[in-house]
Formats: sequence, C-alpha cells, structure tokens
Amino acid sequence: MEYIVRFAQTHETFRRPELEALATLWNIELKIVTYSEDSPFCVVRLPSDDVARKLVSRAILVDSVYELWGSGPNYEALHADVKAKSQGKWDKYTTTSFRFNVHGYQCKLTNKEQRPIIESFSYLPFDGPIKMKDADVQFWVFEEYEMYAPSPKFLYFSRFIGPGGRDTVLKYDLKKRRYISTTSMDAELALITANIALARPGGLFYDPFMGTGGFPIACAHFGAMTTGSDIDARSIRGKPNRNVLSNYAQYDLTDYWLDWFISDLTNTPLRISRFLDGIVCDPPYGVREGLKVLGRKDGGGTEAVYINGVAAHLQEGFIPPKRAYSFDAMLDDILDFAAQTLVDRGRLAIWMPTANEDIELAIPEHQCLKLVANCIQMFNKWSRRLLTYERLPDELVGELIPRTKRIVEGSNADELNNFRRKYFEGFKPSTPSEK
Amino acid sequence: MKLLTLNFLTCARKACKPLPTSFPLHPADATLATTETAFSPAFLRNILPRLDWPALKGLCDELGLPGVGDEAPGPEALFEDGELPESDEDIVGEIEAGKRPTKLAHDLHQLLVETVMLEGKLVCASCGHEYAVKEGIANFLLPSHLV
Ligand SMILES: C[S@@+](CC[C@H](N)C(=O)[O-])C[C@H]1O[C@@H](n2cnc3c(N)ncnc32)[C@H](O)[C@@H]1O
Ligand SMILES: [Zn+2]
Repeated sequence: MEYIVRFAQTHETFRRPELEALATLWNIELKIVTYSEDSPFCVVRLPSDDVARKLVSRAILVDSVYELWGSGPNYEALHADVKAKSQGKWDKYTTTSFRFNVHGYQCKLTNKEQRPIIESFSYLPFDGPIKMKDADVQFWVFEEYEMYAPSPKFLYFSRFIGPGGRDTVLKYDLKKRRYISTTSMDAELALITANIALARPGGLFYDPFMGTGGFPIACAHFGAMTTGSDIDARSIRGKPNRNVLSNYAQYDLTDYWLDWFISDLTNTPLRISRFLDGIVCDPPYGVREGLKVLGRKDGGGTEAVYINGVAAHLQEGFIPPKRAYSFDAMLDDILDFAAQTLVDRGRLAIWMPTANEDIELAIPEHQCLKLVANCIQMFNKWSRRLLTYERLPDELVGELIPRTKRIVEGSNADELNNFRRKYFEGFKPSTPSEK
Repeated sequence: MKLLTLNFLTCARKACKPLPTSFPLHPADATLATTETAFSPAFLRNILPRLDWPALKGLCDELGLPGVGDEAPGPEALFEDGELPESDEDIVGEIEAGKRPTKLAHDLHQLLVETVMLEGKLVCASCGHEYAVKEGIANFLLPSHLV
C-alpha cells in the first residue's frame, strides 16, 4: 500500500537515513517510491496502516504519515487518480465522522480558497457527521508549490494515519535543561542521531566524549541503557544537582543510566570485546574545546614524579599532563575502537566538522565498518556531518589488512588540526605558499 | 560504578591491555551501596552472553558478595511461564506474553545493576596501578610515565 510520509522541511539530508534506520530497527519492509530534498512529501510503500503508524512514531523529522488515495499535477488528474485508485476504500467511511483539511506547502490557503477545493471531493460517498474536532477520519489535500508560484505543481489526496515524533524535541529543549555547556548537542539532532544509531530498549549505548550527556540521554529516551565517559572530570562531576545524572533525573530517565567514568579514548580502559550495541558521539573538534589526550607534548615525563617521597600521581588533586592531538588521528582511533567493541550490525554514529572548501574531504574508512549514512548540517562557511557506520560481521570482513595510522606532524593545536586552523582563519582560501 | 561496568574494564595502560592479568581490575578498600533501578529483562538477556563469567564470579568472591554459579546461565534461565506478579518492583521494556523473569534474573539484576562501588580503588594485577573511585566515578587518567 502507498503512504505519504510528510517530513519536516529541515535537516533534509537526515530525513531519509532516519526513516530507513527505523525500518531497519523494526524489520519493516519500506520501499521509498518518490523522495526529494526540496519537498516534504515522500511517497513510500509499506505493508499496513499499523506498520506505517509505528514506523514514523519516533521519527524526529517526520510530521505525520497518511494513506495515499491519489495524486496528480492538477485537480482534474488528482480526481481521476482518486477514483481509479481508491474507490475500493470509500465504503469503509460512509458513516464515520470526518473532516477535510487543505494544506499548501510554500503557500497559505485562506478558508475561502479551501472551500471549493473541499467541495470538489463531494463525489465521495461520505454521509457521516462532519466534526472539526476529534473526527474519526481526517482527509488531507496537499498542494505543493514552487516558491512564489501562483499555482501548485503537484497535488495529493490522503487519509491521516498517525503523527511522527516531533513533539519529543520540545521536551528535550536545551533551554530547559539544567546542565549544559557551550558544546552541548542540540536536542533535535541528538535525538535524530540516536534514531540513526538504532537506540532501542535493551540495547547498550556508549558515548566516549560524553560532555553534558546529550547523546546518552537521547538514547535513553528511546529505552536504551546508556553509559558515557569523558577526559574532563569536571564535565562529568558538574556541580551538585547540575550534572549528567541530574539531567537524567530531570527527564525521569535514571533507570536507563548505567555508568560514567573519566577516561581518554586513546587510552580507554574498556576491554577489547564486542559488547556495545551502539556508539554515539561528537568528538572534540579542537575549536571551542581543546582536543587533548594524555601524555606530554615534549615526550618527557617518562618517569614517575615524587613529591615528598610520595608519587605525585597518587596524591589528591593530581592532574595528569595532556597534550594536543590531531583530529584525523582521533577519528582513526574512534573507528578502531568501534570496530573492536561493536557487536555485529552495531552502529557508530559520529559527528565531524569540515570547512566547506574541503567538503569533498575523504570520509574516514575502516575495513570492518560500512558507511550507512552521511548527513550534512550546513553553516555559513563550514558544515558538520553525521557519519554512521555499521559493524560488519567478521565473515563479511575477510582477512584484516593492517591499517597505517595517519601520522600528523606538529605539536601545537593549529599544526595538528586543519579544521581548527581554517576556523580561526575565517575559512579564507590559504595564500599560495612562497617558494 | 556498577558491578556490570567492572566486567568491561581493564587497565587503561596500552602496555597492560594485551596481558590477561590486566582484566578484571581488583577492587580495594571498596565501599559498596545499592541503588534501586527498574529491572529491564530485555537488557539483561541482551548483555548476559557478553559478560565474562569467571571475572564476575571472582569479583563476587573478592567483594564477599553471595556467589554466582560456576557456569554462565543461558537465556532460558531468565524466564519462566507465568503471569507477571503485581509486585512493587518496576519492570521496564517489553517482555514476552505469558512469561515472567525468574528469581535468578532478579538476582542478577540486583547484582549487576543495583550494586555499586561508591569509593575505593581498582587495582591492575599486571602493573599494580591503582585507579581511584570517588562518589561512584572511576578515574582512568594516567600520569605521563604510564601512557
Ligand atoms: C563536543 S564535546 C561533546 C559534547 C556532548 N556531546 C554534549 O552534549 O555535551 C567533546 C567532549 O570530548 C571531551 N574530550 C576531549 N578530548 C577527549 C579525549 N581524548 N577522550 C575523551 N574525551 C575527550 C571534552 O572534554 C568534551 O566534553
Ligand atoms: Zn596495568
């Protein structure tokens, strides 16, 4: 059967991956018939109303789903299609209460303009009462306009099936969250990330760069058990009643919180075994927050330091030295970590920034990980993308070819991080170097 | 730090990680507590096969907790036929109709998810390094000479 998925017209490149992820999650046979980034209307084939309702129920970028009764480039064609395609369905609605809605995309219709449109459907044998509120069935006419065009370019007629998951965004709005920082992930994108990563009841999800916990909380919202860690002890501990745990409590999600600890991803204490269902993260870009790992920049500190005969690192308040690190090297480390710890078909969803001039930049690859989605959020001069990988079962990976880690020369943050340097240079094309 | 998490933690040192003695870490001067948490049978079933059972058993012995059996239970040991009792215990997530979690399942939930280490140290048997646990949060940052 054909349905219309009505998307929100925002974060366009995330919409299909989110919908497809939910189909994967619930083993739903989803066939996308028509889709365009420029339109909120996407025609799909799905087995039943119930399945359609379930599929979109937690899709953050879906406004709602409808059963498609007909479509066409003008009203004549639309009515002909409705009569040809949906006549068999009419009988079911002869006595139920109903209402009609007309909605224009990129054009607002007045009541006066809507009335003749609704009346043009009077051939439908609906004798039930018309109810503006709580009608049993709602019919929708969608008109799709080109920007500023006087008349629509395409029309749909459909029956409402169920709402998408957009209401959730409000609940997690950062403005109302008690503990956030300058790098907290926007609630909408965190929820979408959790969906694309297949967060689900019973699953174990981990964020190695937890910060204020935006991703684990989004995963917990979908019923997953969640854990996180961060190199910054302060971000983990926060303040009494303003920390990651108090955020869980604020949303009544404490039951979905497992643990947190302080660690550097490049020196992780997690055991190398395949136990994670998903990894969701936004690693430090090295712009607002430093990109640091344990160790000393000068390579020194190879021996323990003693203060008054006691090893310094065992004393209260010891702060281990950290050094700048390259973002590319960190990406490689994360992919390696994911390959070693994700279960078969477990997903890694990771955010990375790029300067727009570098948009064709290589996407990090790993033999054990298959890229399943590449979504982009554009800003003025830079953009960031959400890359999602799936851990392939070993049978499909074959013999592992040892990877050569990208060695990035340099010791300070700018030398190590292309993106950071360009960010502070304002993304101007760099002047050709003098010979 | 939950007992479940301890089953997935080794020494953070790259030199130790490949050595079998770096896992599990051994608690010292541990203060334990319990924290009430809703029981998710789906999560328990999912995570059970991923546990290192000998490590869990060893940890219970070291902490003086009631032991677990020698063999890891299979998923069939977690559910039995019967209606869910109208108990005061919270259960989250779905559970197959006509099934209820066994006593073993409840005990494992209590041990893995509700038992936490609040204070103390985690010691690596390979290098002897001690990781501090404070207010339930373990710190795995290493001084330069151990990186
Ligand atoms: C972009 S922020 C993540 C923000 C988080 N998603 C949130 O919603 O609050 C990156 C985080 O990575 C942490 N970090 C930096 N270097 C790290 C490392 N080597 N290992 C682990 N965490 C690190 C930073 O302390 C920071 O909290
Ligand atoms: Zn060690």
